[in-house]
Amino acid sequence: MLELRDISLTVDRTDYLSDISARFEPGNFNVLLGPTLAGKTSLLRIMAGLDAPTTGHVLFGGKDLTGVAVKKRSVAFVYQQFINYPTFSVFDNIASPLKVAKVSKADIKTRVGKIAELLAISPMLDRKPLELSGGQQQRVALARALVREADLVLLDEPLANLDYKLREELREELPRLFRETGSTVVYATTEPEEALLLGGHITLMHEGRVMQTGPTLEVYRNPVSLQSARTFSDPPLNIMLARRSGSDMHIAGLSQSYSDTLNLPDGNYDIGFRAHHLHVAKPSKGALSVKAVVTMTEITGSESFIHVEALGQRWTALTHGVHHHKAGAAIELFLDPRDFLLFPAAGTAPLTNQAKVA
Amino acid sequence: MQRKLNQKAWFLVLPVFLLVAFSAVLPLMTVVNYSVQDTFGNNEFYWVGTEWFVEILNSERFHSALGRQLLFSGIILAIEIPLGILIALSMPKKGWGASICLVLMALPLLIPWNVVGTIWQIFAREDIGLLGHTLAAMGIDYNYTHSPTAAWITIIIMDVWHWTSLVVLLCYAGLCSIPDAFYQAAKIDGASRWAVFRYIQFPKMNRVLLIAVLLRFMDSFMIYTEPFVLTGGGPGNSTTFLSIDLVKMAIGQFDLGPAAAFSLVYFLIVLLLSWVFYTVMTARDGEAN
Amino acid sequence: MAVIHLKDMAHSYLPNPKVPEDYALKSLNHVWEDGGAYALLGPSGCGKTTLLNIISGLLTPSEGQVLFGGEDVTRLDTAHRNIAQVFQFPVIYDTMTVRQNLAFPLKNRGMAPADIEARVAEIAEMLDLTERLDNRASGLSADAKQIISLGRGLVRNDVNAILFDEPLTVIDPHKKWVLRSKLKELHQQFGFTMVYVTHDQTEALTFADKVVVMHDGEIVQIGTPEELFERPAHTFVGYFIGSPGMNILPATVDGRHATIGGNEIDLGCDYGPLAGGKIEVGIRPEFLKFGPVGKNGGEGTFDVQISSVEDLGRHKIAKAVSGDIEIAVLVPEHTPVQEGAAALTFDPARTLVYQDSRLVEGAN
Repeated sequence: MLELRDISLTVDRTDYLSDISARFEPGNFNVLLGPTLAGKTSLLRIMAGLDAPTTGHVLFGGKDLTGVAVKKRSVAFVYQQFINYPTFSVFDNIASPLKVAKVSKADIKTRVGKIAELLAISPMLDRKPLELSGGQQQRVALARALVREADLVLLDEPLANLDYKLREELREELPRLFRETGSTVVYATTEPEEALLLGGHITLMHEGRVMQTGPTLEVYRNPVSLQSARTFSDPPLNIMLARRSGSDMHIAGLSQSYSDTLNLPDGNYDIGFRAHHLHVAKPSKGALSVKAVVTMTEITGSESFIHVEALGQRWTALTHGVHHHKAGAAIELFLDPRDFLLFPAAGTAPLTNQAKVA
Repeated sequence: MQRKLNQKAWFLVLPVFLLVAFSAVLPLMTVVNYSVQDTFGNNEFYWVGTEWFVEILNSERFHSALGRQLLFSGIILAIEIPLGILIALSMPKKGWGASICLVLMALPLLIPWNVVGTIWQIFAREDIGLLGHTLAAMGIDYNYTHSPTAAWITIIIMDVWHWTSLVVLLCYAGLCSIPDAFYQAAKIDGASRWAVFRYIQFPKMNRVLLIAVLLRFMDSFMIYTEPFVLTGGGPGNSTTFLSIDLVKMAIGQFDLGPAAAFSLVYFLIVLLLSWVFYTVMTARDGEAN
Repeated sequence: MAVIHLKDMAHSYLPNPKVPEDYALKSLNHVWEDGGAYALLGPSGCGKTTLLNIISGLLTPSEGQVLFGGEDVTRLDTAHRNIAQVFQFPVIYDTMTVRQNLAFPLKNRGMAPADIEARVAEIAEMLDLTERLDNRASGLSADAKQIISLGRGLVRNDVNAILFDEPLTVIDPHKKWVLRSKLKELHQQFGFTMVYVTHDQTEALTFADKVVVMHDGEIVQIGTPEELFERPAHTFVGYFIGSPGMNILPATVDGRHATIGGNEIDLGCDYGPLAGGKIEVGIRPEFLKFGPVGKNGGEGTFDVQISSVEDLGRHKIAKAVSGDIEIAVLVPEHTPVQEGAAALTFDPARTLVYQDSRLVEGAN
């Protein structure tokens, strides 16, 4: 298990990471999600031991590794760029960490063979990496990380430079591959959709801080803060403002109010809801109706993104099927309060996790 | 992203530090030592303070050598930098042509200074040299042993022939690092050849040009072998540049004190001018960011 | 502005192409309507960038012609084609300000300074760049730089078409939405012909009125996002569009029925006795439903084992196995689904038949 305790990183008086504490379990697929510049790469480098944190400790299996050189740790790192030894054959590329570890020739052969089989690159073992396609090159890099059975495997947006469809395939393969190794795996990505596909355990990052950790789906469904919800929404999170008195929620700009059974204090709230929870047809009896003006529709064939302005906010609705709406058209949209994510408005005390049920 | 310094790295550079200390700093200290003393042989030294420095800085001989030196370096930079850029721009970017050009360009750089000097000394001789004889046959009065102008032209051509390649190679490397998309975008924007150079190639070459200018300046400012081989500083004192003058003073006249002071002043001038070049060129760079 | 016509055009990077494999772009005929928003979609190496470069004039095709509004421009260079292009990585002139960047194409074309200023101000206003006009362009973020590259195309009023070569590659996911919306808005406002090259189906489908799907140097289908989704003309389109892609299942087809791994399903159309070549049935994960077990034998039911369920938040993807066939099924957010035995229902109207990878039209 990899544990980070109060890690912070400050370079030239700029804070890159602040007070990061997190645990990454072996056997879990750990995803690190955050936009660019959230500090994901800095944190991975600290985990690997490539950089030392300004303060805090890195523990692995209970042992403090802070300051221990990368060479002495059992770490594999896969980058966004496909990094292989250009003059080595695919076989020698994959075998290189084993040769360094002085594994016997026969052993190398069987282990490389097994990994190559797993990643479907067996027919290319004699070729040079640059003769392969991007997806195959990245598979070679992955194979090199897998073959040494490192205790810690760090992947920094490894699929970002690949074609969409290839990404889809590898996303499915990766959690499966690593499940069998027993390594502790940390996978950094900027895409919420990718995080959901990979599943496992998630750590949300924003501006050098950890926003939330937990099982991916649970975090997706129960973000503890508006920033968490924003970080974990694509299309971007829709937001409206509301005021609570007793069990009634009054939404700013909407005459209709609703009530719930949550035990929440009175005050101002931000209500967040995801694009697929903004419906064009009434989804349930208790659904709220909102008048909206269409600014644009995008159609993917199976789904439509309807961009609207409503209650003085810009929202996106993601709906199944094809819906053509001209820009400027007035339409009625529906919201089910059960889909709402409630956050106390800025300046009020945060809710405890138990009280906030989405 | 910036990294935290690894303290162990200092141990790795320590041997180099020691080596530099022994090879550069210690000899330099000897020179400093000589520059403030006078000697009449027999290892007897007298403290003279800044006397040698005052003498050097006020000497007509130093002034004229410095003037010649500045003019020479100015001319060298004015010719080699634009010429180097021009050649780099006209070189093919890929294919076998590129390889051949690179080899041809590298050739002059492989020849030792004194060999270059000797080649041109013979090549330009009026009596047996191909160039000198041809020029004389055409009725042009050309003789580097008599005419200061001819001597200057010969040395400049020699240096341009020897060192422009370095500028070319540096600029070529800079040009090759510009992604194709920039040229394509410029085509689409209807940019002229000049505009492509002015707004894409030149800004992207900025870094390597700085290196090229610094190297060529320092090198030309310290030129010794070529004029020494060709004319030995003549005719008269017309090609007596700083380094030649220094050697005459130190070895020819054995004026150790003044020579040491001369060396230090010389060193400081090179340092100062390099700093000026660096500041001016990076200031423009900083503005761009 | 003008119609762009590609006539019997093909391209090979080899000097003497002989077999079809030598061509990066196989012979094609295509008309890009004036004012259309097109996307060129395909995996890397499918020839989409080659096609784009031929339209922009950066590349001369080895065969055939390129016509702009009826005029042959095959050998005309880029500067004279009135094309604007936005590249994968932002191209800006580092030493210039935003204003100078935008003015550059006009200055090069010798426009009067007063006119340039007016035009730049107008475009900057539209792109929300007014406040940054006097900033150095090199210090801006990647998305702002891409907007500037686009702006350099928009300032010219002689532009026939704007070409985009994977313009959102270096942009953050959240900013992608903003930038893409901006592009669409501009398209609606100006009516330029836009051609957008990408390997990302979401970008292609949301951007374009017509999507051109390419595979191995060939155009395999041109259609609206709906057509590509609902009736892929080629199994590649079915696979490439949609996430997960279409289920393509080996089958035998007779009349109104298909047999897949021993299970018979209803097709909704009559295909007659279909024989010869590779016969496959295609259905999208969106059009499959799980029913309760035990209805076996009824029309359109299909016994399977659910081997895995992946919850993606807004929907789930279930893998259903029958023999050596694996089928992906999309399950809505609030519908419960469990691993184990189940029965599948195929929507007959959405079940398509393919012969040698090409769509077969059935009769009613």
